[in-house]
Amino acid sequence: MSAAVTDRSAVLQQNRAPWHERALRALRTPGGAVFVLLVVLLLAAIAVNPSFGEPGSLIRFVGRTAPIAIAAIGQYFVIVSGEFDLSMGSVVTAQVFVAGNLIGQDDSRTVPVLVLMLVLGALVGLVNGLVTTLLKVPSFIVTLGTMLALLGLVLYWTGGAATGNPADSFRQIGRGGVQDVPVLEVLPYPVVLVTVIAAAAFWLMRRPYGRTLIAVGDNPRAAALTGARVWWVRTRAFMLSSLAATVAGIILVGYAGVHPSVGRGYEFTAITAVVLGGVVLGGGRGWVLSAAAGAFALETLFALLNFLGVQSTWRDTVQGVIIILAVAAGTQTWRRRRRGRTAPAQAPKHVIAAQPAPGSDQEGT
Amino acid sequence: MMRRSTQSKATVAAAAALLALTACTTDQSIENPPAATEGGEAAATEEAGATPAPEGGDEWFDQAEYDQQFEQRSASFEGDPEQPWTQYIDGEMTATAEFAADEPQKVCFSNASISNPWRQTGWITMNEQLKVLQDSGVISEMETRDAQDDDNTQIADIDYFIAEGGCDAFIISPNSTAALTPAVERACETGKPVVVFDRGVETDCATTFIHPIGGFAWGIDSANFLVDNLQEGDKVVALRILPGVDVLEQRWAAAEKIFEENGIEATDYFTGADPTEIKKIISDELATGDVQGVWMDAGDGAVAAIEAFEDAGADYPVMTGEDEMSYLRKWEDTGLTGIAPVYSNFQWRTPLLALERIFAGEEIPAEWVLPQEPITEDQRAGYLADNEGMPDGHYAKFGGEDLPGYPEVWRERIIP
Repeated sequence: MSAAVTDRSAVLQQNRAPWHERALRALRTPGGAVFVLLVVLLLAAIAVNPSFGEPGSLIRFVGRTAPIAIAAIGQYFVIVSGEFDLSMGSVVTAQVFVAGNLIGQDDSRTVPVLVLMLVLGALVGLVNGLVTTLLKVPSFIVTLGTMLALLGLVLYWTGGAATGNPADSFRQIGRGGVQDVPVLEVLPYPVVLVTVIAAAAFWLMRRPYGRTLIAVGDNPRAAALTGARVWWVRTRAFMLSSLAATVAGIILVGYAGVHPSVGRGYEFTAITAVVLGGVVLGGGRGWVLSAAAGAFALETLFALLNFLGVQSTWRDTVQGVIIILAVAAGTQTWRRRRRGRTAPAQAPKHVIAAQPAPGSDQEGT
Repeated sequence: MMRRSTQSKATVAAAAALLALTACTTDQSIENPPAATEGGEAAATEEAGATPAPEGGDEWFDQAEYDQQFEQRSASFEGDPEQPWTQYIDGEMTATAEFAADEPQKVCFSNASISNPWRQTGWITMNEQLKVLQDSGVISEMETRDAQDDDNTQIADIDYFIAEGGCDAFIISPNSTAALTPAVERACETGKPVVVFDRGVETDCATTFIHPIGGFAWGIDSANFLVDNLQEGDKVVALRILPGVDVLEQRWAAAEKIFEENGIEATDYFTGADPTEIKKIISDELATGDVQGVWMDAGDGAVAAIEAFEDAGADYPVMTGEDEMSYLRKWEDTGLTGIAPVYSNFQWRTPLLALERIFAGEEIPAEWVLPQEPITEDQRAGYLADNEGMPDGHYAKFGGEDLPGYPEVWRERIIP
């Protein structure tokens, strides 16, 4: 009993620690460590190539990484709910072609096609989600199917080759920026977009939906028993993921132009970024901004390898090793926490549950 | 995701090391032949087979082939210059009297793929040419199988044609050189005419092998243009689509040699023609230092490369692209110094025209080398005017102006 009390006060003490101690502790979790990694990688890249550290260069780097970060944020929703979305890359490719073929050189079609793309994105997510949750097909298979089906459609539609780029006004979303910004010279629109989306995702994860999403990923049965509509929570996560892919596609049409290889491998880059951000595959743990940071860390690493002149045939290998190491590190840390530090936090609960008030009807749990 | 960056220094070092290794063995076997003469001979022939490219230090470089293509660039071509797709360099001819036929014949076409704009444009042209030959009663039908860039699929396609295609003639556009050789040989064994075009195979059993001059010529034209317009010590970024395809590797092998000889610092990357990768590569290169030139082994993605310079606010590089409309237009818009090397797209007409001659029993060149001339800045306006309204993925030297579907079929890009 006395032991439980000390433990409990220890937990309280830990939770009421000053902010800097809590921040330091957060940095030791996988989700926090990615920020340290990002800073280290950035410093290394700047050390190797000082001109990379100029504000103008850096902000352009953020701009070109934005679509990957947005995709990673989208993928986060699905992964934290305990599923996978492998269809992202194909959604990006398909949307790039929708933009290229439907807008053409006609500026007036920009807005209707933009709306159409978002609707299409939501629809792909809806199908992914409903088939996964209602038909109980593993999401790995469902989204693999969607990935191949969409790729096939694109191939059928285009014969697998680039058509023309859409109107320049549309491409400005991915290519342009706010000019004459002090210090930065230019603030690319993708940077604005990724900031807004990251803020919105951060806010959403603090809303009831976000809390439920994590609960569903951690223990769908328990979540269902508390009254959460698990199928709908997950389906919406798939829709968010496809919508994120759509936004990434919109940026990429502008940044790169229409080509069947745009978006290729995006699902794996996004998953790598999410895992690198300390989000646990299988769901229930991880912070959305860590996923975005994972994307930036990954791209900084690739840029660093480029600067060092490492052959980028190694890139896929690096990506593979990172997935394995990050997952291994993540599970080790979470398991340690589960066994060790968080154990006292649960002990007092048992104590409380063991002593129901006589005659109370609230003991049934 | 296929991409490789090679710091040229590293390449040079590695190549030098490799060269040193092979050179050592070569020298030993040639300068100090073993006492037994037959042993010496064996070692020498073995050496020739084991070291593909002793001079260049690159497995794709072939000095003899390089010299030949260098000459062919200024060779005179037989036939009507107005119809370059029927022109060829004078050489060994194949007699085809045994194939003469009065009835319309069935042609079987095993195609590597139509997965890039160059192949799509050619495929459209080929089908228009087919219509003409069907109308004139030369060809009854053409059955086509598309291997979608897969060697195994194409081998299966060819074997299907041999076994149950009921083909009177084969046209094969191989996906890769070594893998398709046995299948092409099997097609030859049927005793029917076999026409190979575009990429080659390691056998000369085909009735004719149709191709433009080749990859080395491309590399020579494009690299010399950069060398002429740059100074020693300037930096060139070489953007390459993918490794392992002979026509592409030869383009780079020639260009790399010329850059090295002229003190141009060239760094090469594989892009998979992905514009995102191209932009990333150029941005990173521009972040490390100035880039004065861009060399491409194919024009797909040239626009993305130019845009990367615009986005970074850097001066336009000296550029080599291809005769793709998107590049020609961007080239004109920006006014940059550039050239458009050409891998003659009109070659897609030639296999069917070759069959027309074969079925008429006329002799044809055993190796049908088509003209291959880059488009220069002076010629650009002409090609832009001739191809007005054509989509971005269209190739200026497609050579279908006299075919019935012109220009709608190419303008609408109706892919059969």
